[in-house]
Amino acid sequence: MQMTSRFAMHVALIMLAMLASARAQQQTLAISEIAPGVFMHQGRIALMSSDNDGAVANIGVVIGDRAVAVIDTGGSVREGRQLLASIRAHTDKPIRYVINTHGHPDHMFGNAAFVADGTEFVGHMRLPQALAARGQYYLDAFRRSMGDALIDDVRIVPPTRLVDGELVLDLGGRTLIVKAWPTAHSDSDVTVFDTATKTLFAGDLVFLRHIPVLDGSIQAWLKLLDDLAALPAERVVPGHGPVSDWPQALAAERRYLETLASGIRKDVIDGKPIAEATKHAAEAERGKWELFDDYNVRNATAAYSQFEWE
Amino acid sequence: MPEFAIRSVCAAILLSAVLSPHSVSAAGPEPYDPWPGLVQDIFDSRPMEDGSNLIALEMPTRAEDAAIVPVTLRLKPTFDARSRVVTITLVIDQNPAPMAAKFKLGADANVSEISTRVRINNYTNVHAVAETSDGKLHVVQTYVKASGGCSAPAAKNAEEAKGRLGQMRYREFAGAQNEEKSGTREAQVMIGHPNNSGLQMDQVSQLYIPALYVDRLQLWQDNSPVLSVEGGISISEDPNIRFTYVSNGAKTFRAEAKDTDGHQFRHEWKVNGSGM
Repeated sequence: MQMTSRFAMHVALIMLAMLASARAQQQTLAISEIAPGVFMHQGRIALMSSDNDGAVANIGVVIGDRAVAVIDTGGSVREGRQLLASIRAHTDKPIRYVINTHGHPDHMFGNAAFVADGTEFVGHMRLPQALAARGQYYLDAFRRSMGDALIDDVRIVPPTRLVDGELVLDLGGRTLIVKAWPTAHSDSDVTVFDTATKTLFAGDLVFLRHIPVLDGSIQAWLKLLDDLAALPAERVVPGHGPVSDWPQALAAERRYLETLASGIRKDVIDGKPIAEATKHAAEAERGKWELFDDYNVRNATAAYSQFEWE
Repeated sequence: MPEFAIRSVCAAILLSAVLSPHSVSAAGPEPYDPWPGLVQDIFDSRPMEDGSNLIALEMPTRAEDAAIVPVTLRLKPTFDARSRVVTITLVIDQNPAPMAAKFKLGADANVSEISTRVRINNYTNVHAVAETSDGKLHVVQTYVKASGGCSAPAAKNAEEAKGRLGQMRYREFAGAQNEEKSGTREAQVMIGHPNNSGLQMDQVSQLYIPALYVDRLQLWQDNSPVLSVEGGISISEDPNIRFTYVSNGAKTFRAEAKDTDGHQFRHEWKVNGSGM
């Protein structure tokens, strides 16, 4: 009798502990310290869906002596709130800056979780225009794939501070350099460089494992890789994929973009129609990337329409 | 009573679809099929026959890039020459402006294939309606899934697009079958133009950016019409049309376009294969 009730109590305690840990998992987002005061959440390599809370993009957090900067906010307000809880588990310092590396949903649907007095949203000077053109469409489209529960809270939060060229943000004891780039992955890409640890947050200018996604200009992106490689970073947090050494992290992306570009350019010259050319584009790269079939034809389509004007 | 109520709700939905063709279609499972309303709105409720013996409508099953979805209209060669196709209207049912384009085929150009690119905003039926010279309408349809990911039916590089505003390019393709004998030619005309939808709100001014798009494009070989297009905002940025026609031996090919701001674009090219 005693044994049984003790057993039952044990079971109850274990269940409670499990519940609590499940709860904790729900309420915070896994972030790891990759350099002193520099944290990242590594998004899973997947499409945004109701199953993953849209948590597919990498997120950065940099903690200075006086203030915190958040680099991208995730693919849902739920993910954004979990990120906020994780930050609060590390520091009480105010989140002075939320930097959006560009305007895609997986990087900025969590913005609403960070709207507060004294928090500036920082983005490329063209980001407001990009969000104006795409924001409502994204809300509609992702309601389909992610469901009402996740999308109802999402607000398109445009930047309050625009970057043209470079902007230096002082977090106290360390500075971040936010750099606006010409159209490449998208038309509003910025990178964030933490000078104290030489960590580069590249946003979607750098992809690893996850096939690069082209929503800007393939020629300009290829051209920009040398300037990007010249940044004095030691490590990069890409938009998608693991933290990696710099600039070696660029090699795979460069190879993919060059393969795609040379094949499509030739198809355009040969007069192969767009629908045919895109079907078999960059075939040699299949198997080297995750989500290849989700984005390759699309990349080829965008590239084709650009090479036609060369 | 309940039946009446349901009917009047349906009527109200249809009516609102007709009255506000530019409203953004709702996301999620579509509550109604807009096609009956579109038949009324665009085709004056005229009867339509199955057009699958006459015309093929080719599109990918999924819009990979929401801003650039290839579409090909192919007239089938078995068609009776006494009743030729006069126009083809392309309708993207769930787009904010469903009527994408109306192609008018030149009487003597024997256009047999037209390819262009459109924007796809949602999961949608796409219809092509061919009108023959006997006044009958023939319809075919296909279904296209919306693109996933961060693709959007919007400009990727607005500045570059601005830079080529009004540029026109013409290209002939080699290798149309029996080209020498039949005079069949395949050519392409491109116009640099943002083809803005006007559905974008400026986040700073809270004003809608006015629509600006190419609403007419006309193509001639010498002075004989090959093809004319009435376009809308569903046509992709930098309108691009590739088509197969039969040469009349013309020495020149001419394109004239106009946009909704009244800009006129005109260009004339020498036809390479004109010495046939």
